[in-house]
Amino acid sequence: MALYNLQINGRSYRADVDPDTPLLWVLRDNLGLLGTKYGCGIAQCGACTVHLNGEATRACVLPVSAVGKSKITTIEGLSATGTHPVQQAWDKVDVPQCGYCQAGQIMTAAAFLKHNPKPSTAEIDAAMTGNICRCGTYHRIREAVKVAAASTGSSSTGAAKTK
Amino acid sequence: MQSLSNPSRRNFLKVAATAGGGLLLGFNWTDADAAVDSAAVGATVANAPAPAVGFNSYLSINPQGIITILSPNPEVGQGIKTAFPIIVAEELDADWKKVVVEQAPLDTKKFERQVAGGSGSIPHSWTRLRQAGATARQMLLGAAAKRWNVPVAECTTAAGFVTHSASNRKLSYGDLATEAAQLPVPTDVKLKDQKDFKLIGQTIKNVDNPSIVTGKPLFGLDFYREGMLFAMIQRPGFGYTLKSVNDTAVKAMPGIVDVLTFDNNVAVVGKSTWQVKKAKDALKIEWNKTDATESTDDHNRLFRELLAAPNATVRRKDGDVDAAFKSAAKVVTSEYQCPFLPHSPMEPMNFFAHVRPDGAELVGPTQTPELARNETAKLLGIPPEKVSVQLTRMGGGFGRRLKADYVIEAVQVSKRVNAPVKLIWTREDDMTGGSYRPAVRYRFEAALDAQGNMIGYKLRGASINAGNATREDNFPAGAVDNLLIDSADHKSAITTGPWRAPITNFLAFAEQSFLDEVAQAAGKDPVQFRLELLDKAKAKPAGAIKYDIDRMKGVINLAVEKSGWGTKKGPDGRPVAQGFSVYFSHRSYVAQVGEVVMRKGKPALQKMYAAADCGVVINQSGARQQVTGCIVDGIGHAMYGNITFKDGMPEQTNFNNYRLIRLNEIPDVEVHFVDNGIEPTGLGEPSLPPAGAAVANAIFKATGKRPKSQPFMEDEAFKGVTS
Repeated sequence: MALYNLQINGRSYRADVDPDTPLLWVLRDNLGLLGTKYGCGIAQCGACTVHLNGEATRACVLPVSAVGKSKITTIEGLSATGTHPVQQAWDKVDVPQCGYCQAGQIMTAAAFLKHNPKPSTAEIDAAMTGNICRCGTYHRIREAVKVAAASTGSSSTGAAKTK
Repeated sequence: MQSLSNPSRRNFLKVAATAGGGLLLGFNWTDADAAVDSAAVGATVANAPAPAVGFNSYLSINPQGIITILSPNPEVGQGIKTAFPIIVAEELDADWKKVVVEQAPLDTKKFERQVAGGSGSIPHSWTRLRQAGATARQMLLGAAAKRWNVPVAECTTAAGFVTHSASNRKLSYGDLATEAAQLPVPTDVKLKDQKDFKLIGQTIKNVDNPSIVTGKPLFGLDFYREGMLFAMIQRPGFGYTLKSVNDTAVKAMPGIVDVLTFDNNVAVVGKSTWQVKKAKDALKIEWNKTDATESTDDHNRLFRELLAAPNATVRRKDGDVDAAFKSAAKVVTSEYQCPFLPHSPMEPMNFFAHVRPDGAELVGPTQTPELARNETAKLLGIPPEKVSVQLTRMGGGFGRRLKADYVIEAVQVSKRVNAPVKLIWTREDDMTGGSYRPAVRYRFEAALDAQGNMIGYKLRGASINAGNATREDNFPAGAVDNLLIDSADHKSAITTGPWRAPITNFLAFAEQSFLDEVAQAAGKDPVQFRLELLDKAKAKPAGAIKYDIDRMKGVINLAVEKSGWGTKKGPDGRPVAQGFSVYFSHRSYVAQVGEVVMRKGKPALQKMYAAADCGVVINQSGARQQVTGCIVDGIGHAMYGNITFKDGMPEQTNFNNYRLIRLNEIPDVEVHFVDNGIEPTGLGEPSLPPAGAAVANAIFKATGKRPKSQPFMEDEAFKGVTS
């Protein structure tokens, strides 16, 4: 066990956990940030995606000991009230079916759009292919990324901007 | 190990509990927390509402006009938590913006059939929900008329108000709720004409969207309780029993509370998910291998034996099949095979159980809460009334959560450690732990006369733990004078269970592919061939017909029209390779056309058209996504899904060696509804069964090779194809 100071969603958290504990389980079991989901535990499905210094990162394989001073953003911190353009697009397009994978999808999309605010369909497909949706909401995910891109232009805002 | 963070653990536990809707029940926190928590709760949960008055099991209205509608059925992604309230609100003439939806707990006194399965929720509840809304509306009308002292017939309702036009007066439902609820409950309310529907048939968003997109803890795995322990189980392979476990080292690992055994399982209990996972992986267990262990090679041998077995169970027999095949001008024979599949919901199995001296509390994702309660009561030897079940939103189910095995595991562990316990399956547990879609091989035979009419039809379903792998009364039964459908099943240690559109999810692929083969042998267009069979069934039925011929023709014709079947040309001016499929399952009819193009010598699915008849479409957004999602699911599993076995052990363990369809692999999907005003039926399953054959038939059209086994990627038709 060791004590870790974590910078998450603009706040400081402390957790006393085993050093090899994946960030995912620290978020969920210790800090009560339950929006980040467990899907596979081996970085194959993307349900656990968070931002680490703005980059989409799989929290299920990232040991808490490797986080250091990196700034973490989870779905809870993407915006204060669900108003990040990607969150709004997800609602507008009515993407969620069961909804379980969508936090990871949204986090992947938000990081992607920050790097590439005006993506082509092929670029969206490539960016979102690492996230599995078992319900098959892929068409709406693609559409929602386009809607978010169209709504933001170059002035993307939100707590996701951690760099 | 404990967090010292802000927000406090205690506070987040409360939020976690509250966001599931009715989950607040059973909690005993101080009032001081309440305001904080309600602010954190998603939009689908009431914001500290004033006391509401109940009208019936489904709805209550508070003085501010907030209408709370309970959704009794489990939400597994089928959209029932949105669809049910739409139906109630329609007949109530509610303002949808003032509707708050809450998930009801299991309550067999108030509700019937609290099940998510068989695409049955909508047909079962359609009239009940309409009556619930209409009855309350009638009472609100009565209260307004009484207050104004005017005849009820002069009053009208719209968007949460009662209006008396003659005197230009208007009262909100909130103003009237208390008086209205005291009136006698009318027993003969008139339901709306469909032409007056204002909500039904519109595009309405998932009521949980605001919570989902902000990461609120809605799901079973998100349920935390102060002081609860975490548990994982190492289960035996199929055909193994527990010999011994050396748990000395594991018990000494940090955070581990106990290691216990029951029913050949070894359960590790501890204080955090990760500590328990590590301890489970470190267990040293010896298993006894029994004669019941099987490998995929055994199944392939068993299929041959079962297909040749003389003693299959006859499921349906019409006319004289032997005579028909003797007199045939042409006989077509073909075999199709489908493997075991895991359900792979993104949220793995999990459940919370707290067994106490006075009963048991259950919270989690289940498609059958009543079964979970009854099995728990039976295990504990207590009356079912002593078991409460709170329903969380489910991260998918696909039939896996129709079983209560994982609920019972949580109960077993909680009982033994005498503490609240959350039982969690890892993804590996989920993929290797069984209750798979059964593996099946079919043999079809068709007899054609000299004019290409199908005069004889035989189907044998050979299966591993499927029971009857046929659906003997489905098309083309009724359209062929001489027909024999039978099945032969092998009982295996590999556990199987319902998987989205049970049996038909692979039977439809096999049957609709085979009918394509027969049409080709008869020299007929595949669609025309099917239509002729349906005309024959209508004019001169052979035996009982348990599908609606006109509705099936309706979706066929709509799919033909929308897809440009038989006439569509690609950009190069050549005909587009299209494949056709149509299927009736779970009371709904769906026809599909798949389009395949060759890319670098490889067949690629570029488009799917679907024409669906589910009667009234309740919510355009939900319905379209159900059809689209079913198609993506059907294609993905037909193309890639495969679980194989070696000595009773599954060879695929996680998404690194078991492939699910991804975003870059989907075709365009175009969805059309017949929307004929017939009472609505479900859409959680019916669009999946036809998908595999629409793809396979299109692949055949494009390549001349027909995939006859799933997954298509491993079929002969794809071998030798270079990318």
